[in-house]
Formats: sequence, C-alpha cells, structure tokens
Amino acid sequence: MSDPVVPPIAMLAELTHRCPLQCPYCSNPLELMKANREMDTAAWLDLFDQAADMGVLQVHLSGGEPTLRRDLEEIVGKLSSRRVYTNLITAGVGIAEGRMEGLAEAGLDHVQLSLQGARTQTAELVSNYKGALEKKVETARRVRAAGLPLTVNAPVHRHNIGEVEQFIELALSLDAERLEIANVQYSGWALVNRAALMPSPAAVEREIEIVEAARERLRGVLNIDFVPPDYFATYPKPCMGGWARDAFAVAPDGTVLPCHAAQTIPSLTFERFGERSLAEIWTDSPAFNAFRGTGWMQEPCRSCERREIDWGGCRCQAMAIAGDAAATDPVCVKSPFRERVLALVQDAQPKLESVEAHSTAENFKYRRIGAAPVA
Amino acid sequence: MQAVQERAAVTRRSRLALPRHVRLQYDPLRQAWAVLAPERVFWPNEIGLEILRRCDGKTSVRAIIAALALEFDAEEEEISEDVLAFLQEWSDNLLLRAS
Repeated sequence: MSDPVVPPIAMLAELTHRCPLQCPYCSNPLELMKANREMDTAAWLDLFDQAADMGVLQVHLSGGEPTLRRDLEEIVGKLSSRRVYTNLITAGVGIAEGRMEGLAEAGLDHVQLSLQGARTQTAELVSNYKGALEKKVETARRVRAAGLPLTVNAPVHRHNIGEVEQFIELALSLDAERLEIANVQYSGWALVNRAALMPSPAAVEREIEIVEAARERLRGVLNIDFVPPDYFATYPKPCMGGWARDAFAVAPDGTVLPCHAAQTIPSLTFERFGERSLAEIWTDSPAFNAFRGTGWMQEPCRSCERREIDWGGCRCQAMAIAGDAAATDPVCVKSPFRERVLALVQDAQPKLESVEAHSTAENFKYRRIGAAPVA
Repeated sequence: MQAVQERAAVTRRSRLALPRHVRLQYDPLRQAWAVLAPERVFWPNEIGLEILRRCDGKTSVRAIIAALALEFDAEEEEISEDVLAFLQEWSDNLLLRAS
C-alpha cells in the first residue's frame, strides 16, 4: 500500500447485540450474537485504553442496546479518564431510574436517542415494542435533566417518511440540540427488508424540501443532519469517511471491523481483539488494507476526480448490488450498475391497489436472534 | 414543555463560551488542538484557536477583537468582521453559547 496509514479518530463500539427493540432496518448483522459471546469488562477496558493510545478521540457506545451492559458506567469512566469523547447511542427503553445521572457522573459527554416514529402507532409498528415512544420521551427528559446534550436520531423509510415535520417538532420539544434525519441504509436487516422500507421518489423529494426549510428556519437552534437516501443520490457517500481511514468498529465479541457491515463481504477475514493488539489490526490486518486509500480502485473510480471525496462509496453496497466489493458503489451515476439501483427503487414501489397491505408490518422481518432468513 | 429558543445574534457585547460538552483539547499524538463536540471533531486553524481560547464567558467580543488586533499587529476594523463571522458561525453550530 502506498497510502500512509494515519491513526483513527473515531470508533464504534457495539457492546452487545441484545436489544429490546426489533427494528427491521437494524444495522447489526443477521446473525446476532448472544450475551455469552460478548467480551468481558476487562477486555473492553483494555481495548479502550489501546484505542486512546492510538489517537481515538471519540467513541460511540452502541449495540444493540448498550445500557444492557451493566459495566457501562465503568466503560464511560475509563474513556473519560483518557479524555476520549463518549457518545451513548441508545434506544431509550428499559433504562433504570438514576442510570442517566450515573452515566453523567461517570463522565458521559453526549446521548443520541433513536426514534422509530413521531407518532405512537408508527413507533410501535417499527420497533415492535409497545409503549416505545412514551418511554423514549421519558428517557429524553432524563438525559436533559442529567445535564447531558441530546441528539435525536430518526431513521427514515417508507413507513415514517411522512412524519419528518413531526420529528422536527418532537426534537425541539425534547430540547435536543441535534436531529439526525437519516434515511435507512440498505445493509444488514435493512437489506432483507429493503422492499418494505423503500420510499417513493415523491416522498423523498418532499422530505428534502421539509428538511431544507427547517434547517434555514432553525439555524442556531437545532442542528439538523440529513443523511440522504443512497438509492436516490447522484454520488455515493464516503462510507466511514473512507475505508480504514479514520474510523473503525468493534463487534460484541471483539472482532475489529473496518465498518459495522464489513462481514457481509465474504472474501475478507477479520481479526479479534486479544489475538492481536488494536494497533496491529488497524495497521496490518488484510481486511483493513483491502480497500484502504485508492490503490484498490477499479474504473470508473480509479480515474475519477471524486475518488478522494467519495472514496469509492460503500464496499458493502458494491458487494450487495454489483456482486464485487471492489466495484464502484452502484448508486454512483458513473457506475455501470446504476440501472440496477433504479430498478430496485422501481420494483419496491407498492402497486396502487395494494398500498394498504404494504404499509402494514406483515412485510417486515423483525430483527431477532435466530430470525435471520436463510440465504 | 417546549423551551423558547432563538438564534443568538453575536455582537461586540456578547460574552461567549464553549458549552460544557464541547471540549477544546490538545492532541499530543497529532500535535494539534481539537474541538470535540457531539458526533464531530473540528481542527481550528491558528486564528480560530486564538479566538476560541478567549471565549471564556467573561471576555466580550469587543475585548477579544482588541486582543487579537494587538497580537497579530492588525487594525481592529480590519479583523472585526471576520471575527464576528467566525463567532456567529460557531454559535449557529451550537459550539459557542452566550453566558
């Protein structure tokens, strides 16, 4: 590799795959791990120490539901003592009274709370969890009462794309300072449920108008981050900011991944923390070096003026749609597989007479341990 | 329940500070100052850093401009617009707050 390896800035820690919610777009792999495969406290603390030594400045504590880990306070405390910025990514249900205060005392910096719908019914349909929205609203209140800043994360798809305006209102009423309107990315469970999640082009257009107007209106009040829907884009996203460039993920069992979905690329093998140090894996692991920099690129990426802007887009999406992890992300206008993406959007549109059927949960394959469809 | 919130207009009288959850921190590995914020890391340039360091919640923007003019040997009028624009942008991104 001619490209120099620079130290990572951010890390996503999937502390557990356990989660009370069953969102059909979950970014966890289809084969979810049970609790007995999770790394113990000592191993996680060692890993975070090594991450801080390597130059990681921000850790996103995620899952599954990270608050199901009883050692979360200890983990936050360790990261805080190393001056690493901690971000808790939570579903916000089933969190015991006093826990947010405890996490704040341990040094937690920020909380990102997911909302599956701005309406009670939608939230319950998508998460398959009764009373989800009520509990989340209560969690948001506790986050703010503990003096922690709040981001609301709203993953958007066909079943809630009409609620974007209400998401904005809700984020304001919950005293959030950031709102992520994040159109679902089709990997993991979202890929399985793609046909049931795909929005219509008209709905996407309206969504973008609403978000742009709100951003203008709420400048200096609420930061709205918009993650556009890949399949409707012109150019791909620089997934992970470029493969193995400044971020990585760790699965519950300590498997170190260039991106949380990287295990969908069958040609890659991954190493686990403990077998080797984090720094060795980041620098030397064949999986990290496979798509690092630009040397691996094929045309049209290789000679594209955007190659160090998009970094070729998403490797997992190239795998899923083009059948080749080293191909240009097929959502790119320059990709020879672009037609396939447009056809996927088209084919997922409900036929007029069956709109009702498509808006029910019957089409969802909910995220559950052991529920993965056989390939 | 909804807090009345309005965009803060930065003036020469404003006294700004980084909120508690936005940290200006030296990174010894990269030998640079970083601003750690929710889901973001910023790397302010030399002038930006000099401005941010003076945002202690007590010093007015007017005093910050005067101090910078002295330090960089510039006229206050020359730099004041740029300083105000910088502070307004950081305030709009909720990285600075009026105290």
